[in-house]
Amino acid sequence: MALLDVRNLNVRFETPDGAVEAVSDLSFTLEKGECLGIVGESGSGKSQTFMAAMGLLADNGKASGEVLFDGVNLLTAGEKTLNTIRGNKASMVFQDHMTSLTPHMRVGRQLTEVLVRHRGMDAATARDAVIAMLKRVQIPEPARRAEMYPHELSGGLRQRVMIAMSLLCSPALLIADEPTTALDVTVQALILDLIREVKEKEHTSVIMITHDLGVVAGIADRVAVMYAGRIVELGDVNQIFTAPQHPYTQGLLACTPRLDDVLGKSLKTIPGQPPNLQRLPPGCAFAPRCTYRIAACAARPPLRPAAGGGLKACVRDDIQPVRAAS
Amino acid sequence: MTAPLLSIRDLKVHFPVRTGRVIVAKYQSLRAVDGVSFDLAPGETLGIVGESGCGKTTLGRAVLQLLPVTSGAVTWLGREMTSLDAAAVKAARENMQIVFQDPLASLDPRMTAGDIIAEPLRNYHPELSRAEIARRVGELMEQVGLLPGMVNRYPHEFSGGQCQRIGIARAMILKPKLVICDEPVSALDVSVRAQVINLLKDLQKTFGLSMLFISHDLAVVRHISDRVLVLYLGKVMELATRESLYQAPRHPYTQALMSAVPIPDPAKERAKPRIILAGDLPSPLNPPSGCVFRTRCPNATAVCAEKEPVRESSAPGHDVWCHHWRE
Amino acid sequence: MSEINMAVPDQAISDAVEGRSLWQDAWRRLMRNKAAVASLVVLGLIALVSVFGPYALAWSYDQIDWDHVEAVPPSWALKHYLGTDSVGRDLLARTLFGGRVSLTVGLLATSVALLIGVTVGAIAGYLGGKVDQVLMRFVDLMYSVPLTFFVIILMVLFGRNFILMFLAIGSVEWLTMARIVRGQTLTLKHREFMEAARASGGSTAGILLRHVVPNVLGVVIVYVTLTIPQVILLESFLSFLGLGVQEPMTSWGVLINEGAAELEITPRTLIVPAVFMTATLFCLNFLGDGLRDALDPKDR
Repeated sequence: MALLDVRNLNVRFETPDGAVEAVSDLSFTLEKGECLGIVGESGSGKSQTFMAAMGLLADNGKASGEVLFDGVNLLTAGEKTLNTIRGNKASMVFQDHMTSLTPHMRVGRQLTEVLVRHRGMDAATARDAVIAMLKRVQIPEPARRAEMYPHELSGGLRQRVMIAMSLLCSPALLIADEPTTALDVTVQALILDLIREVKEKEHTSVIMITHDLGVVAGIADRVAVMYAGRIVELGDVNQIFTAPQHPYTQGLLACTPRLDDVLGKSLKTIPGQPPNLQRLPPGCAFAPRCTYRIAACAARPPLRPAAGGGLKACVRDDIQPVRAAS
Repeated sequence: MTAPLLSIRDLKVHFPVRTGRVIVAKYQSLRAVDGVSFDLAPGETLGIVGESGCGKTTLGRAVLQLLPVTSGAVTWLGREMTSLDAAAVKAARENMQIVFQDPLASLDPRMTAGDIIAEPLRNYHPELSRAEIARRVGELMEQVGLLPGMVNRYPHEFSGGQCQRIGIARAMILKPKLVICDEPVSALDVSVRAQVINLLKDLQKTFGLSMLFISHDLAVVRHISDRVLVLYLGKVMELATRESLYQAPRHPYTQALMSAVPIPDPAKERAKPRIILAGDLPSPLNPPSGCVFRTRCPNATAVCAEKEPVRESSAPGHDVWCHHWRE
Repeated sequence: MSEINMAVPDQAISDAVEGRSLWQDAWRRLMRNKAAVASLVVLGLIALVSVFGPYALAWSYDQIDWDHVEAVPPSWALKHYLGTDSVGRDLLARTLFGGRVSLTVGLLATSVALLIGVTVGAIAGYLGGKVDQVLMRFVDLMYSVPLTFFVIILMVLFGRNFILMFLAIGSVEWLTMARIVRGQTLTLKHREFMEAARASGGSTAGILLRHVVPNVLGVVIVYVTLTIPQVILLESFLSFLGLGVQEPMTSWGVLINEGAAELEITPRTLIVPAVFMTATLFCLNFLGDGLRDALDPKDR
């Protein structure tokens, strides 16, 4: 049985300007010890999918469908059940490392509380465990840092504290939502190494949500590409990067500036603007920007098996897998 | 080489920071930019890369005289800018414009796209007729890929990429000689980023612009720059032509930066060696002695703590500030 | 230039040509707020009857009905639709006229406060440094002067004067306005578009007028709706002390005072002006609430 099994997840938000479907009909599974990369731009629904799964949607949001975690449907589970799962069996790391920690409490105490609450440890044992964990995430002088307040730490250190916190209860699932976006590349490399190590040593399942293709290339086993609230392509990491099937994935790969490509005259581009969720076209959401658009794109394309073993949501089969020049 | 358009010599921008307790005020200087020198030729793009806190944004603002310069010289078209009065600075700014990082925040939410683009023109050429201003705005909107029909729309009605095009149009309307781009694509979605980079490159060609392209993204800088300057803690680490820098970075900091940039290719990304920098960025209030990078440098030796490295040329057009670049 | 023109315009953007400003957006949201719309209507009605009502009545506010120099109960025959006060003056006429005075004081004094407050606040906030220090210490100083004391000094110096009261009240109310505007300006100052305005050669005055003032106006408008009731109440207080409007001129505050004295004999002399005044104050508060929601930038 898969650790996480999402079936037909829909997330809707009621806004003053009408309802917005942020995630629609999303299904995927995650095995134990696997890392699934979720790639998408702003508004693709990549974050809301997991906010919904963890019961953390904003008040005007509503989720339907099924999110089975270890056989328990998180969408229908009560707040009590969710509280035993969140931060314990499944934990999240957010992009915003500043606001994710309580500003008026020493970081050591915030971490210790997690263990006391979820594991019933006594304060002294919990404290030792916390210091050991801070050391593991390569925080220099962990005992001294534990006595500091969040604002006294640098961004990189704070994010490492957040990761330490999420790993304290040895979760089966770690959801990392753009964990390195606000960080410098050198710090990003460190954090990614850390997550990779946890995944390999403890068989923790990881969901890596990011807009950066380079990040998933280094860490994910499988990759789901999202566009306008739907998965447009899902497949093995090598297949996604070497033989992408969906025009959006192809375009995304081709237009990402990289250190190892051939410098041409100009970068390849995806024309047009990212979709406005309030005014999505009736058929394929990517169609208005797609160079392969045909009449059949006016109907919503289902996610179906593609050449190479993955899934794609595109009606055409005659699109040559092109990849960025390298 | 032709005479440089812009010449920066030993530029320092220090901010006083109050560090004392409540009653006894003590001030220390935060060295945001600390002795930077470079030249910019007409039509050239100089990329300025570095991580947060390296002073790259301050450097851009200081060139425009939007911030007080502590010491050093900013020579623009042969005139020293730091000693000019406000009116002369305003006159000089007609030829140097800036594009900001956050496309929406850099546009006044209460003004229409047309008014935003026209603002510099109205400031510098109040004699122009309304029709003439409208004509120039329309022309430029087309050039940056906006429909002229959108002239009466407000910033919140545009997407991020379109807002950045408005910001670019505002910077271009005076037909400046230099545009300072401060992380112009960092806040944009990946699929729009390439559009804006291409737009900047095209505009540069069309108008014969010089650009200071400030970014933390080495891959983006590589695509747009002729030369690249690497900053760390307010000091230049390496300054070289694009080809030379990306093929053979000499400074250990540049090497570490490049090794940390993820490559969207699973095979390459997983196989590549990575240089992990130890420790954290030191405080710019109290930078390390000698070479500022020594506390995190894998090759640091005793001499690095004693002597500040000087500019050395490792190859023509490739300068490096390191005691051990030969190793 | 081929790449540039590849940009396909957003469907939604190319539909219409005319943009919708934040003001128009806010107005649309306000119009969807039932309480705010109702308040606007009620306020409009009160203003209309206060301005034009007195002309339609048979009695004027200062006219004593010499046939009945006593409190007359409401009578259609005598055309005292709501009766008279204890000296035989028509209550409705007095209430409507009082409304005219109260609303005028409210509007004018608030306008004075608005003008001074926004100017001082924006300049102090934008220029900062010594200018800010001087202006804000002056504000602090003014805060520490007791209002009644200040008004008495003005009265002594310039004599009793209707206009003077606007100035007196306005000159106190601008203090808070200045502080609010200064705070807003300080946050605006660090937004990138302000830097952009400086980089594109804007003069200080131009930036203040074109960028600072329009962007603080939202907060200011909300504060204005809260200031008008304050001013109306302040005027009642001053009138009560004998420093405000003088007989036979009247205002809601004065009427309520008189009515309160005769509460046990003729409660309507209190109830009528009180109903008008509370209705106005309520409406202004609802409107302020509605405006705050409508102008809230978080919604965007």
